[in-house]
Amino acid sequence: MSDKKKSGTPQKGKVTLLIATRKGGFMLHSNRQREKWTLQGPILLGSIINHMHLDPRDGKTILLAASTGHLGPTIFRSTDRGETWSEATKPPAFPKAIKGKKGETIRYTFVLAPGHPSEPGIWYAGTSPAAIFRSEDNGDTWHGVAGFNKNPLRRTWIGPKEFTPPGGGGLHSIQIDPRDPNHIYIGFSLGGVFETTDQGATWQPLNSGCQADFLPDPDADFGHDPHALRLHPADADVLYQQNHLGVYRMNRPNGIWERIGVNMPEPVGDIGFPILLHPRNPDQIWVFPMDGTDVWPRTSPGGEPAVYTTRNAGKSWKRMRKGLPPAHGYFTVKRQAMTADLEDSLGIYFGTTGGQIWGSTNEGRRWYRLADFLPEILAIEAVTFQQ
Amino acid sequence: MIVRIPSQLRSYTNAAEVQAGGSTIAEILYDLDRQYPGLRFRMIDEQDHIREHILIVVNKELISSLDRQLQPDDIIRIIGSLSGGSTCTSQIVKGL
Repeated sequence: MSDKKKSGTPQKGKVTLLIATRKGGFMLHSNRQREKWTLQGPILLGSIINHMHLDPRDGKTILLAASTGHLGPTIFRSTDRGETWSEATKPPAFPKAIKGKKGETIRYTFVLAPGHPSEPGIWYAGTSPAAIFRSEDNGDTWHGVAGFNKNPLRRTWIGPKEFTPPGGGGLHSIQIDPRDPNHIYIGFSLGGVFETTDQGATWQPLNSGCQADFLPDPDADFGHDPHALRLHPADADVLYQQNHLGVYRMNRPNGIWERIGVNMPEPVGDIGFPILLHPRNPDQIWVFPMDGTDVWPRTSPGGEPAVYTTRNAGKSWKRMRKGLPPAHGYFTVKRQAMTADLEDSLGIYFGTTGGQIWGSTNEGRRWYRLADFLPEILAIEAVTFQQ
Repeated sequence: MIVRIPSQLRSYTNAAEVQAGGSTIAEILYDLDRQYPGLRFRMIDEQDHIREHILIVVNKELISSLDRQLQPDDIIRIIGSLSGGSTCTSQIVKGL
């Protein structure tokens, strides 16, 4: 398999980071030793790029979700690993409302997800306001997944229009069961985690066990606030989420979330945006805690940025900050801005709101600044190219 | 009919001024999209509303309806609004 990224399988090659920023897209290419990094870009300078994702099934198609301050949201496509780009013919959009009714409009596409390995050409997109779209032609044309977007309960699930978080809530996580293309998990702000077993025709909430002390009913079926949801690629019975109130794990078929962040040091806590899974070890994850007190600064607790990892599914946690600023580091790592490559010695990476890319080729024990002075980083994805 | 294109949309037209045909703004926009695929959706949303930070001016009149009728010698300006909201909008239109 040449440039295709197969879930969990160790790979050797040149790692590239696909970097989505507030002001355009970039690609950061490494040499084989991951010691030298070369920046390529910008792509669509000035556009808000929420996500760039390589299709692991062909190793060359990249989709990019773009909007700007003035212009509406769209999707750009490259079929040559980002050398050239063309716009989707029909980007995600809600249907036009019948006369006299008020229709919805897409604010932006937040996440792009390639479909199941058995379904080449299929992609999914999550948007703000929370909705899910599907493409069957490599991202050129998109249509809404009616079972969610037209579901009579959708407005109840995603919350009232009048109550949206700053920046707008959205559908930020789409995770497809590697064993079954019909089984898909989604996560969206102020709604929670949902799953479908019939490729989106029907959806069920999956939030039991999650705390939600901000809700009138803390045990409500929905109304929860996952920040990032991840399904383990090597053990698809294991799910993790970094939630508004903590770090959680679920073991299927049991449908109960267990808060595994309770063992994090108390002054730090387990609030954050991103959560990163080891592609081969279902019990190891990394998180980047943030300050969720008072008005929610969303910066590193105490101004001391640090990654935390557990190798035993949350029973204990280790602080990993060597190389990171020891003090006065007040950046934020957003929910899609932490990623891993698939090398034998796993490389993990995160991007900051201050425009820095940090990387470690020993699973977080030592960090290096790989790029600086970029615009605010919204998402990064690591891919491996053989040449 | 002459249509003046803001810098934000010139990646589609490669020109600051283009020609488009139609008897209403809606028809002009569909003709623009036929010539420059994708341009319309960047400035008009799926509910056929002009996007929040885009203005369309016919001669010196700021329009809000895509059904606005046009005359053959009308000049259409598409403007990407600057920061400042309504005061800024009126200043832009006065200055045309």
